[in-house]
Amino acid sequence: MSKNKKAVKRHDGRKADDLREMEAKLGVIPSAKGSAMFKIGKTIAIAAVRGPKKLHPKFLQDPERGKIRCNYNMMAFSGSGNRVRPGPNRRAKEINLVIENALTPAVKLDNYPGCSIDVFINLIQTDAGTRCAAITAASMALADAGFEMKDLVSAVAVGKVNGEVVADLDKPEEDVEDAVDIPIAMMPNEKEITLLQLDGLISQEDLSKAVDLAEVVCDKIYKLQKETIAARYE
Amino acid sequence: MAKIIKEHIHQLIEKGKRQDGRELLEYRSDVSVEYGISPKTAEGSARVRIGETEVVAGVKVDIATPYPDSPGEGSIMVGAELSPFASDRFEMGPPSIESIELARVVDRGIRESGAMDFTKLCIKEGEMVWQVIIDMYPMNDAGNLRDACSLAALAALKDAKFPEFDKKTGKIDYYNRTKKSIPLEDDPIEVTVLKIHGDYIVDPTCEEEEFLDARLTVAFLKDGTVCAMQKGGKESLTAEDVKQMVSIAHEKVDVLRSAL
Repeated sequence: MSKNKKAVKRHDGRKADDLREMEAKLGVIPSAKGSAMFKIGKTIAIAAVRGPKKLHPKFLQDPERGKIRCNYNMMAFSGSGNRVRPGPNRRAKEINLVIENALTPAVKLDNYPGCSIDVFINLIQTDAGTRCAAITAASMALADAGFEMKDLVSAVAVGKVNGEVVADLDKPEEDVEDAVDIPIAMMPNEKEITLLQLDGLISQEDLSKAVDLAEVVCDKIYKLQKETIAARYE
Repeated sequence: MAKIIKEHIHQLIEKGKRQDGRELLEYRSDVSVEYGISPKTAEGSARVRIGETEVVAGVKVDIATPYPDSPGEGSIMVGAELSPFASDRFEMGPPSIESIELARVVDRGIRESGAMDFTKLCIKEGEMVWQVIIDMYPMNDAGNLRDACSLAALAALKDAKFPEFDKKTGKIDYYNRTKKSIPLEDDPIEVTVLKIHGDYIVDPTCEEEEFLDARLTVAFLKDGTVCAMQKGGKESLTAEDVKQMVSIAHEKVDVLRSAL
């Protein structure tokens, strides 16, 4: 970052490594085994974990370990602009897959052969960064449910906006022409990356800068996640 | 297991008691309404809690072509999603018959009340009208999602403001909202009364809902006028049942109304 000492200009006055204001809460859905709310800026994700239960249909079962299944759902009124049509679409299905992959390495699944652990995520309001907010909320909900975990998963989108590498893009930044969006999830303890996607054009140099930035800012999210979980047991 | 729970509920009802210690006709007292829970993206939104039951509802508006039989009137659409997010008893997949009934009963409570002046949703007769879309999401099911959904839908409507609209281009500017509210002249609210084991109860738990004999949902205007009803459940009701259940529902409607 040494070359980049001059202040980065972002439309909302944030510095390059500033996240939007965050809020987290555990146990928001009493009937679920575990649940959490995570808010970052105007994006609000609520995750509820149910199970483990026997996975049906049977051919989907893994006799060695349990399976995490995700269901990411944008509420019909949660999108900027037109109403979001309810029901699964191709985007949501892909997001389910990458979220499952992002969470699976964190949970000790050997304990639940043939079972599924179902993670439901509802987005009440969105302003970019929804899959990352979903992962952050979901990993707290899994911890709240009491599953044995290797680490929490913290996620954020980094990227490049107006030529600058920045963290936690909001919708206006994501919509800037030539913006690069890189959602990253990691288990911060060992710095293991469990989700990585990229949309846009970026040099290899800027990409490595962005990944380094993700490590730094994921730690801020991680800190809030740990504090939130600790507070539940005070 | 189910049989044991059913017998337990019946035994309690014979003693005039409920699983959670309430009286038969006692509504949970902690009913709350929170407005504007999705202020940036929804034109109107609200969260309703009845005890641990929670429903979130939001309103979006859109431009539509009016129906040929009512060229000068806008329309509403109401949807509900009973997702396993809220309860182990719901399943993934296309809308269940339960969620369709729930949404339609809330829809009729609003539509048939006459509280909404659909002619005020007309922009250009025969060509362009506002369509108001209400989506309800149960977040936690601790019983009585019906009453909670009806209240949440109404609260979201009351919270809603129209976005800017350019008549020439026919485009909505969702990012800028006017001060204009949805034209609502009354507050239709639904209360459901259950008949179980020969007695009436209100504000049921999940298990009480599971073992009901019959239920009656009644929507009331502010002055007590009935504007929509729906009987549910496999057992029949007598005319006397109906009269009593309507009167019980009316006694309870203020618990919900005062939370608005």
